This record gives sequence, C-alpha cells and structure tokens, in this order.
Amino acid sequence: MGGSASQLPRDLLGEYQELTFLSKQEILLAHKRFSELLSKEERESILQKRVPKSQILTLPELRANPFRDRICRVFSTSEDGDGSMSFEDFLDMLSVFSDSATSEIKSHYAFRIFDFDDDGTLDRKDLEKLVNCLTGEGDETRLSESEMDQLIQNILEESDIDKDGTINLSEFQHVISRSPDFASSFKIVL
Amino acid sequence: MSYRCMQHIFLEMSVFVIDALNGNVMIFVKCRSSYCQQQKHNMISFIVVIEVDNEEGSAAESEDDDSKIATVYHTDNINSVRVCVRELLVLIHDINFLFLSVPPTPHHDCEDEEESENEKKITAKTRRGNARGRARKDSEEEEEMRTAGQRRQRNRRAQRKQAGNEDSDSDGESRKNKKNRANQISKQQEPSEDGEDDNKGGRKGRGKNETKQEKNPDEKGKKEKDNKKKKDKKKKVSSSSDSDSEEEPITEEELAKLKEEVEEKKKLIATLRNKPWQMKKKLDVLKEAQLFVEKFEGALGKGKGKKFYAYKVMMTKKWMKFQRDFENFKTACIPWEMKIKEIESHFGSSVASYFIFLRWMYGINMILFGLTFGLVMVPEVLMGKPYGTLPRKTVPRAEERTAMNFATLWDFSGLAQYSVLFYGYYNNQRTIGWLKFRMPLSYFLVGVGTIAYSYMVVIRTMARNANEEGGGDDTSFNFSWKMFTSWDYLIGNPETADNKFASITTSFKEAIVEEQENRKEENIHLTRFLRVLANFLALCTLAGSGYLIYFVVRRSQKFALEGLDNYGWWERNEVNMVMSLLGMFCPTLFDVISSLENYHPRIALRWQLGRIFALFLGNLYTFIIALMDEINLKLEEEKIVKYNMTIWEASLYNGTIPENATAPPIQVDPADVPRGPCWETMVGQEFVRLTISDTMTTYITIIIGDFLRAVFVRFFNYCWCWDLEYGFPSYSEFDISGNVLGLIFNQGMIWMGSFYAPGLPAINMLRLHTSMYLQCWAVMCCNVPHERVFKASRSNNFYMAMLLFILFLSTLPAVYTIVSIPPSFDCGPFSGKTRMFEVISETLENDFPSWFGKVFSYASNPGLILPFILLMVLSIYYLNATSKSYKEANLDLKKKLQSQAEENKKRNKQKAQQAREMEENSLETKPKQQGSKQDSAADQGTQKGRGDKENKKKTSHQQEGSPSQQHGPGPNAHYTSHGRGGSLAPPPHIAVTQPPVPRGYGMPGYPPRNPRFEGFPGGHPRMPRGTPNYR
Repeated sequence: MGGSASQLPRDLLGEYQELTFLSKQEILLAHKRFSELLSKEERESILQKRVPKSQILTLPELRANPFRDRICRVFSTSEDGDGSMSFEDFLDMLSVFSDSATSEIKSHYAFRIFDFDDDGTLDRKDLEKLVNCLTGEGDETRLSESEMDQLIQNILEESDIDKDGTINLSEFQHVISRSPDFASSFKIVL
Repeated sequence: MSYRCMQHIFLEMSVFVIDALNGNVMIFVKCRSSYCQQQKHNMISFIVVIEVDNEEGSAAESEDDDSKIATVYHTDNINSVRVCVRELLVLIHDINFLFLSVPPTPHHDCEDEEESENEKKITAKTRRGNARGRARKDSEEEEEMRTAGQRRQRNRRAQRKQAGNEDSDSDGESRKNKKNRANQISKQQEPSEDGEDDNKGGRKGRGKNETKQEKNPDEKGKKEKDNKKKKDKKKKVSSSSDSDSEEEPITEEELAKLKEEVEEKKKLIATLRNKPWQMKKKLDVLKEAQLFVEKFEGALGKGKGKKFYAYKVMMTKKWMKFQRDFENFKTACIPWEMKIKEIESHFGSSVASYFIFLRWMYGINMILFGLTFGLVMVPEVLMGKPYGTLPRKTVPRAEERTAMNFATLWDFSGLAQYSVLFYGYYNNQRTIGWLKFRMPLSYFLVGVGTIAYSYMVVIRTMARNANEEGGGDDTSFNFSWKMFTSWDYLIGNPETADNKFASITTSFKEAIVEEQENRKEENIHLTRFLRVLANFLALCTLAGSGYLIYFVVRRSQKFALEGLDNYGWWERNEVNMVMSLLGMFCPTLFDVISSLENYHPRIALRWQLGRIFALFLGNLYTFIIALMDEINLKLEEEKIVKYNMTIWEASLYNGTIPENATAPPIQVDPADVPRGPCWETMVGQEFVRLTISDTMTTYITIIIGDFLRAVFVRFFNYCWCWDLEYGFPSYSEFDISGNVLGLIFNQGMIWMGSFYAPGLPAINMLRLHTSMYLQCWAVMCCNVPHERVFKASRSNNFYMAMLLFILFLSTLPAVYTIVSIPPSFDCGPFSGKTRMFEVISETLENDFPSWFGKVFSYASNPGLILPFILLMVLSIYYLNATSKSYKEANLDLKKKLQSQAEENKKRNKQKAQQAREMEENSLETKPKQQGSKQDSAADQGTQKGRGDKENKKKTSHQQEGSPSQQHGPGPNAHYTSHGRGGSLAPPPHIAVTQPPVPRGYGMPGYPPRNPRFEGFPGGHPRMPRGTPNYR
C-alpha cells in the first residue's frame, strides 16, 4: 500500500493539482485510499479500474451520509449507471468537497445531489425525498404528512422565485450563496 | 440579425466585403450554423449593411446564392461607420476566438465540420494576414502564422484521435461550454457516414488540401482577395489621409489580441478547476490550452523583446511551480491536520473548531516564545553574568537547603525562582557580552512587542473572519437553509449522524411550529420566567464565586502576614485551588442552569460562554486585586529592607575595613547579601503557578471526568441495574465552551504574566502541546458527540472577540504595573530606575545622537500627542461612518440586483416564448432532411422524424403557459440556469433543434449512457441548451 502512492505519474499528479482543489498530499492520500478499495492485482492499473458503489460506500467518510447514493451517482461516470467510480471520479468528488472549492461549484453539485430524479429542477418529490433523507430512516424522526406539506410549501415560497413550483439551479444557487454555513458544511475530508 | 442570434448560431464567420456601393458599407458575414444547415446548404451569408445615409431602412437584399438575412446598422456619418466596422471586427474576432478556444471535441467525424473549422482558421489567419500585409507587406510573417495555425491544427487532430476512442463522455459534457455550444450542435446534426478511420484520413487530406486551397485561390480565395482590396479601399475612404499612421497600431492590435488570447487561455487554465466538468474533460481542455499557450507564446514576443519574453514566460512557469510546491509544503507543515480532520469527521465542525482554535493559539504562543526566548533568555544565559555571581542570581543562604527539593521547584521557588524563568534574575547592566547587547532595553521591548504582536494578530484575524462572514445577514431563506445546508457532510460517525437526524427533525418541527405561530401564551410566559430564573441563578453563582475568592485571598494574606511555615499545603495553595475548583464546577452548574432556558444550542452556547466568561473574569480580577495588595505589601517591605541594607553595609564596612577606605571592597558571598522581596518575581511566580495549577486541573478533569467515567460506564454497564450508557452517567460530551474559555483565560494569564516571567510562554507552549494530544485522545476515546449537533461557523469571531477583550483586560494591569510602580531596587533589569520605561529615555540619551532625543522629546510633547490622538479618533469615526454607509449601499445594491434579475428573467422568458413560437411556425414549413444514420441523438433527421409529435407536444406544453425555462422536451432542460443577466437570452433555436431523442448506447461515437441521467426519459441531459452558467 505504501508503494501505491508512487504509482501516480508525476505529470499526472501535477495536472490533477491544476484541475482540482486538492493539494499534492491530498491527492496522494486519495490515491492511497482509493487503491485500498481495490484488490491487490487490480492496483496495478488503478487509473483504469472502477470501484463499485458498494465498495465506495464503505468509506467511513460516506458511510453515515444520507446522500451517499446520490453522491456516487452524481460523480460517477460509469456507463451502466451502477454508481461505480474511477479514480478520476473520486478525485472530482473530493475536489468539490474540499475546503478550498468555491461555493459556486459546491452549490452546483449540491443541486445535482439533491435532484433525485435528475430532471434539472427540484420539484416537490425531490424536496420530499430530501427531507426524508435529512430526517433519517427512523419512524420517530419522520415528519408527518401535514408537516411535510407545510415545510415544502415554506421552502418553495422562499426559494422559488419564478413561482413555477420547482427550484432550479439558479434559484438554488441564489439561496445557497446567502447561506453562511454552506461552504463550511459541504465538505468531506479523507 | 441580432447579437443574440449571432451568439447562438454562429459557427464560423468571416467578414469580407466592405462595399461602398451607394454610399453604404456592406459587410458580408458568412455563417455556418446548425440551424442553417438543417434547411439549406451548408452556407449562408448574412449581409450586414451599414448605411451611411440617414435613411431608415431595415433590410438589405440578399446577395449570395443562398444568403438570407441582412441587418442594418444605421449611421449618419463615416466615423461611426468606422466604429461599427471595428466593433464588428472585434465581434468576429471574438467569435473566431471562441472557436479557437473550443476544447478538442472528439468525433468530429464529418468532413463538413472539419472543413468549416479549417476555413474558419484560414479566414482568421488571412484576416490577420490582411492586416499585417497592409501594414508591412511582409508575407513571411503571414506564412509563419499560417504554419503555426497548421501546426496547431495537427496537434489538435492528433489529440482528437487519441481522445476519440474513449472520450465519448466529454462530448456530452461539453454542452456546458458556452463557447462550444454552436459547434456541438452542428456536429451533432451532421450525418457521419464514414467510419472513424475514414474520417481521420479524410481529415488529414483536408488539412493538406487546405494549404493548397489557400495558395491557389479558388472562389473563396478570390473573394478574400476582393475583400482585402475592398477593405483597403474602404480604409482609404474612411481614413484617407491618416491611413499610414493608423496602420501601425493595427498590427499592434493584432498582437495585443493574440496576447489576449494567450492570456485568456492562461486564465482558463487557472480557472479550470472551477468548472463542474468531469476530470477527463478537464484534462483535455487543460492539455489543449497548454498547447495553445505554448505555441503562441513564442509568437508573441517578436523582435526585440522576444528573448526577454521567453525568459519571462519561463520564469513565470518556474515561479508557478515553485508556488505550488510551496503551497504543498505549507499544507504539509500544518501540524495535527489529520488529527483534527478525524475529529471533525466524527464530531462535526463545532468540536473541530475548538481544536483549530487551539492550534492557532499554539502558533501565537510559539511566536511569543520565540521572542522571549531568542531576545531575552538566551542572551542572558549566554552573555550575562553566570549563576552565583550576583546576589540576585543566587539562592539566599536561608533557602539553600530546600532549593533543590522537588516540592520547592514545583512551587517555582528555590532554584527555579533564581533562574532565567523570572524577572528577578536579570541584571541591570546596560550592555552585556561582546555584542553589547542592550539587555534591559531588549527586555522592555520584548514585553511591549509581545503585547503589540498579540493585538495585531487577533485584530487581523478578526477582520479576516468578518470579511468572510459578511453578507449572510438576511434571514429570508430560513427554511431553505435548514433544508439545503443543514447537513454537515463531515459527519462520518453513524452515531453523530443519528443525532444530526434528530436535531434536523427537531429544527424542522420547531420552524414549522414557529411559522404557524400557534404557540401558546402560557408557554411563552413559562419560558420567560424560566429564563429570568436561570439568569438569576447564574448571577447568584457568579456573586458567590466572587465572594469566595475574595474571602480566600483575604485569608491567604492573613496567612502570609503570619508566615506560611506554620500552615500546611492547603493553606498555601488555597487561592489557586479554589480558583481552579470554581473554574471546574461553575461551568457545569451553568450548564444545568441553561437547560432551563431551552435556547437553540447556538444561542445557548453564547450564553454559556458569556457566563463562564464573567466567572473567569471575576476570578481573575479578584486575583489581580489580591496581587496588587501583595505588591503594596512587598513595596513596604522593600523600604524596610532598604533601610536594613544600609545598616548592614555600614556594619560590614565598619567591621572589616576600619582603617583603609581605599582597599578593594571585601568579598561577601552573594548568597549572604540581604535582599529585597522583589515583587516582580513574586508576580511572575503567581502567574506561573496559576498556569500550572490550571493545566493540572484541566488534565485531571479530563482523566477523571472523561476517561474514568467512560471506563466505568463501559465496563460496569454489564452488571448494573440500569443502562449506564443511556441512563444517568452516560458518556460525557465534549465541552466546547468551557474548553475554549479555559484556553482564552489561560492566554490572558500568559499575556499578563509574561513580562514578569519570561519563561511563561515556554511553559504555555508545553501545556498547549500536551493538551492537544491529550484532548484529541480524550475526545476520540471517551466522548460522545453532542446530542444536538450544530455548526460553529459563526462562533469563531465570537471566540476572537473574547480573546481580544481578555487581551485588553490583561494588558491593563501589566501596563499599570510597568508604568506606575517603581521597580525593585535589587533585582531585575530595571533595578535602580524609578520607573521601568526609563530604559527608553536612557537608550535615547546614550545610544542615539542628541538631535534624535530632541526630536523624540518634541514628538512626545503632549501638545503634539493630544492633537494626534484627536486626529486618530476623528479618522476612526470617519472610517466607521463610511463603512456604515458602504454597508447600506451594499444592501441597496443587493436589493436592486435582485429585482433586476427577476425582471430580466421575466423578460427573457417572454422573449423565449415568442421566439419559440416563431420557430415552431417556421419549422413546419421546412423540408425534412438528412436521414439519420448512426449518430442518433445529434441527428436532426431522427429528431424530425419522430420529433413532430414531440414538437407539437412541446408547443402545447409551452402554450399552456408554463413559463419555466424548462421548455421543449422538458426533462432534458438539464440544469439550465437562466436569467443570470439580460444579455444572455434563452436560445430559442436550440430549443427546437434539440430533439428529445435519446442517444443510443451501443452506437459508435456516442457517449455511453450517463448513469446519472438514466432516470429521465428523453434526450441526453448534456445537450446544450439554455445558457450554461456553470462556472
């Protein structure tokens, strides 16, 4: 495992640094963590290999996250939609969730994560799912039907500027950009 | 043709003819666009006519075989024509540039596409060439440019080739690239009948043909030449007399433009990481841009500056690399990063904020330590007189026996008292050693510098924090924020996550309840009553603790007067112990009290912090007042000792040297010399002891309160009657407020005490270092996450404000003692002076020329200082007022911007609607063409074929008046962000020409289905639509 870090070519490392918000150490750490998800023989060609979603989700950083499936989905470039990730996808993810990423790109991806049906807007269904994600699986923490309606109504009233019943990216970013907490909480560190 | 149109349709264009027919200037703009291609042949020429007369005419006739539209710029004189032309040129140049900067999109399978691109390049080059040729008649340069272009072409091609096979994704991805949009569309529309390999071959052929094409002017070439002539003519018409003078700047302009392009590319490279693209795409764009920069950077610095330019470029590259390495190095140097991140991922950001604060504090203390250690302690040890040569550097005879006992050392008396750690050890010799080091001056300046540095750092950090926090002051998105930003993505611990779920649910419920405003009256009364009660209790606690300390201090003074030897350990350490115990238990008490109040945790934390702050402050100031009393006592004692000293000296002389007064003074062992009480050392000792006992209590609390409790709960849970883990004792939470305050007060003590105990920063460093490890360990092993997890993003400045306050409060007594109490006569660097700060005037007198002293005395004249202070106050007032007005202006602007954005959005929507309707009408008349081949999605034919139904659906959908941007094939309006600004209108054409046909997965040259978007039915999500504002 220790040797795996050296497998990353130097110029590629430089390019990754150029293209992500990660520092060299972070990239190397990501490389190490990623290679740990692969089996021994797969580690030889780490850049070509994909790690299945189930493996990615075993990462402690994602384990407790209610949006873990969505995160995998959004960042995966897999062809058959299984949410598997290549190393570059992984880096993309870490870059977006890193400390120094701009809040704009963070909000962009946050939007995509929250957009459960991938239709480009957050409609009532998306918001409902989002609330359910946030309140956890347990029944005692679930919101009741009327509470949910009320909540979504309030949210739409606040954020849906053009009153079309959904929240689109620019509306979302508008809301997020005013939030004091977003950039500090939309963060995942290895 | 509106600008909007241009933006959306233009793939390539060229301006050639400027005709002076009828006094009008016409500009033929050739355009190739997806839209045009679909209906006609591949080429359309627009004519932009600039009419010189005042006539109001709107359209000119089309001239080319298949040209369509013409728009007219109205002008009334020749000058504005020139302006227009120039604007157009710039516009066209820009558009060309846009295409130059398009990242390598794979699967440019179609020849037409390739051709068009080549053409575009040629035209761009020739235009440049025109300018050049006109200017210098220098064909060589033109040739060079062309070859450069060719080279670039080749490179691109090669890249495309390599990218083509695998990189199908970035194809779809590139929809986000605004610049790329039009390009892409056309590409998608063109049927690619040939296999990839064929295409490549064809492309190569093309590339070769190209040069020929240029040299053997065919029709196009001719036209170009014509254009050139005409342009020249026009030039002459427009600026007949000063043409020569104007030609030179044009080449400059070209150069500048190229430079601009290169700069643009560089900027692109720098901002690439901000783009929400996939890595592969980013990699490609990066390579492309780097290639471009490499190619053209050389061309830039022609002539005289070339070498220098190349050198500069190289140096900037090196510098960038160095900076990156340095950045990496810096992050590698940040200590405990991993530890803190681990904690952060377990306990959320609030707990981590404490550790970050601790680390920051450690950094500050390191600098303070460096100052005192390097400028005071080390010089004294190396160059000052060694131990035992002076009375102040020797343990007195009476204490010698116990000086090395551990108990004595632990108390920081005995040997420790007479060491560099304390003020009294330092000699008042003006210069020491061969360096002529000004010890007293250095001592004084370090003391002042420590405090000045602390102020500077704290205030600077506060200002920076305030900057970062600015703007988030409106609460209009209460619910949305709760929804979108409440999850802390750092949480990696299932338990914490559960707590977080619960807290989010509660906060939702609370917010809903608050929103409904059906809280019961009695509830409010009860809450109010409870809050008042809680505050009352807290006040009682504070008063009680204050009195207790006062009492204990009084008692200890009594003990001190009677002599400590008669009393035991408790009596001696009573004050410290009581203070530590109060500091330990009162916060817990406050915690209990605050549970009455039922505040939001963030507010509760503030209250808690405020109360503990008041407690500590009270304690500290009681302590300081007690110290003051003691200082006064010591001063009195000093007078007696002084008097005794003269007697003792007299007796010494009388006894030993009765006859010879000129003989050298007799040697008395310095240990035997009677000495004053040296109140400074006493003060220093007190602070050091306080620090140590504070540290000890903290550690013991951690070990007993956290660790042992955790062990007990963990292991006795098996054999206990109730559930210990969830029942009464349970595990402890990490007490952020208490720990932060402990840290802050500790720092306050350091600031107060470090003047009298130069070793204090060193001790504090040790303390912080160990507590970092100990607390990290304790948190990870025996604390549980907070029940109500919350973020601490805003508390940082709160901590800082408290720190600043403490700093101020702790400088007060220190400055007071320095300024108003005379230093001891026989110890410390200032002995023999009436006030400590006299060391400054002494230095001025002895070490500086006399005029400097004079200037200084003038400058320190109250007549000068008072106006200066007045000026400062006034300027502060002024700055404050301006900043306030700026803030207001800012808010106003925000409001305006908001309303404007909304207005724009509305307008754009209307426009889009209209345009769409128009499009739809025209679409029906257009011939359907281009049977689809492999490229399914891009293929307009397919779309048309099955698109009719869809289109109709679309129309009806739109006419239903859903005003959202999600027009057309609804679902594939993916992440269109609209209405960012009025200039970017929605693209009506594209909305129609983009069919909701899904891409076939197995088809060559098509991006594999993207998993994220598999959810929705129609169309590839990455198709360019809308104005992709993803940056």
